Amino acid sequence: MISVLLPVTTIWRREIIRFYRQRSRLFSAIAQPLVFWILIGSGLSASFQPSGIAEKPGYIEYFYPGIVVLVLLFTAIFATISVVNERREGFLQGVIVAPVGRWGIVLGQALGGTTLAFMQGVLLLFLAPFIGIRFGITSLILTLGVMTLLAFGLTNLGLLIAWRMDSTQGFHAIMNLILIPIWLLSGALFPSAGAPSWLAWVMKLNPLTYGVAAFRRSLYFDTETTIGNMPMWTLSLLIISLFCFLTYLGATLTASAETN
Amino acid sequence: MKDQITVENLTHKYGNRCALDNVSFTVSRGEIFGLLGPNGSGKTTFFKILSTLMSPTSGSVSIFGHDLSIDAKAIRKLLGVVFQRPALDVKLTVTENLYHYGHLYGLKGKSLKHRISELLERFGISDRSHDLVEKLSGGLQRRVEITKAMLHSPQVLLLDEPSSGLDIGVRRQLSEYLNSLAETENMLVLLTTHLMDEAELCNRVGILDSGKFVALGTPDELKAQIGGDVVLIETEKGEELCSAIADRFEVAPILTDNYLRIECERGHEFVRDVVAAFSDDIQTVRFGKPTLEDVFIKLTGNPFV
Repeated sequence: MISVLLPVTTIWRREIIRFYRQRSRLFSAIAQPLVFWILIGSGLSASFQPSGIAEKPGYIEYFYPGIVVLVLLFTAIFATISVVNERREGFLQGVIVAPVGRWGIVLGQALGGTTLAFMQGVLLLFLAPFIGIRFGITSLILTLGVMTLLAFGLTNLGLLIAWRMDSTQGFHAIMNLILIPIWLLSGALFPSAGAPSWLAWVMKLNPLTYGVAAFRRSLYFDTETTIGNMPMWTLSLLIISLFCFLTYLGATLTASAETN
Repeated sequence: MKDQITVENLTHKYGNRCALDNVSFTVSRGEIFGLLGPNGSGKTTFFKILSTLMSPTSGSVSIFGHDLSIDAKAIRKLLGVVFQRPALDVKLTVTENLYHYGHLYGLKGKSLKHRISELLERFGISDRSHDLVEKLSGGLQRRVEITKAMLHSPQVLLLDEPSSGLDIGVRRQLSEYLNSLAETENMLVLLTTHLMDEAELCNRVGILDSGKFVALGTPDELKAQIGGDVVLIETEKGEELCSAIADRFEVAPILTDNYLRIECERGHEFVRDVVAAFSDDIQTVRFGKPTLEDVFIKLTGNPFV
C-alpha cells in the first residue's frame, strides 16, 4: 500500500514546494477576485438587494461566497495549466515514463492543487467577519469540508482540460469560454430567482450552482439564514461529490488516453 | 528474446504523413545502438514510441520479452530515459528532483539517499546538489538528467540527442560513460543523434531518412560501402563541373549545393589530376577517408541537414 502511495505523495509534495518557491502565484490567484469583489460588490449593492441578506452590507455579502469559489477556480486553473508545458519539456515527461499508474499521477496533481486552493480559500475566510458573517464551529467545519470538495472537483476539471491541450493558448480559450461562464451562472453573481427562465434552467443544470449553494449554506449553517431559492443541502452535497468523482475519473481517463 | 529490443515493421503516421515507415531491427544487451538521421527523419517519433510516450500506428516493439503495446508498465521499470530537454523541475534543487524521481520508482529512505549521493559523486555534481536546477548550465542539467535516469538501475538506457548543446569535453566524458555502461554493466544503450562523431562511437548505427532505414551496421561496415576515398570539391559552377568531371574521369560525382562529392579508389592521384584539369573552377578541395555523412549522401542523394 505504501509503495502505491509513495508516487502520489511525491507528486503532491512537488506541487507544494513549487508553489512555495513562486509565491507571486498566491497574489495572482487572489488579487483579481478581490478586486472584482470590492468593485462589483460595492457598485451593485445600491441597486441590487438579494432576499435574505441584511440591507447592510447587502450585495457585497451576497457576492462573498461567489468570490471564494472564484479564488478556488483560479487557483485550480493556475495549478493545472503547467501540465500543458511540462508534458512536453519538464518534470512531467519523466513522470509519464515512470512505472506509475495514470490514476496515481492525476491523484497526486489533484491533491496538490486542492491543497493550494484550500489554503487560499482559508485566507479569504478571514474576511468573512468583516461583512457580518459569523460562523460557529459546525459551520466552520462544514465550510472547510465543502471548500475541500470544491477545490478537488475544480482542480480535476482543470486537469481534465490541461491533459488534453497541447498549448496554453487553448487552455486560456477554454477558460474564457467555459470555466468563467460556469462560474458566472452558478449563483455566485446573482440568484436564479429573478433570471429569465432559460437562464434559470442553465443555472439549474450547472454543477457549480450546487457547489456555490453548498458553500453558502455551510457559511450560514449556524445562523440558519436562508438565501433565495437555493438547491437543498443534500442535493448540493450529492452533486458536488459526484462532480468530484466524475472529474477525477475524466482526468485519469484523459491522461491515460494521452500517454498510452 | 529476453535480452533484446526487437522492433518489427514499426510504422507511425501523423495524419497522412508517414514519420516511420516499416522499420525493423534488433539490439542486444551490451550494445550501444545509434539512430542517426537529419531533423525530420523520424528519430524523435521513434524515441517517443520506445520510451512509452506514444503508441505506434502499426508494428511491434518488444523490450526484453515484454510487448510494448501490452505491458508498458513492466517496460517502464526497465527503462532509464534521458530527454533532450531535461525532464527536471527547475524550481527544485538537484537533490529534490532526484528524490522525487526515486519515489516514482519506489525507491525511498536510506537506500535512495545512498544511491543519490553515489551517483552525484560519479557525475561530479555533488557540490551543486543543493542548487536550484534553473541555476545550472545546460551541460550540468544534462548530467542531472542522466543521473536521474540511472537512479533505479535500469537495464536499458534511452537517450534523445544526448550530446546536443554539450561542449566537446563533456561529450567525450559522456561517450566514455556510455561505453562503460554497455561493456562493464552489460546495459543496452540506445540513442538518437544527428552528429556524425557521436554515431561513430556506437557499436552499431541505423541511418534513418524520411522514416526509413537506409543502412544498418557497424560504422566500419557502413563506411566500407564506399570504395576508397572521398573527395569533396567546392565550386560555383556545380552542374557544369559535375558533368565535365564525369566525362573526363571514371567517377560519378554527387552534387549537393555547391559541393561535388566523389568516391574514388586512389584519391590522392585523383585530387592531383582534377585540380590540374579544372583549377579555375575549383574553390576548395577536401580529401579524406569516408565518414558516415558520406554514406548518408551516397545512399540518399541528399545533403545531411
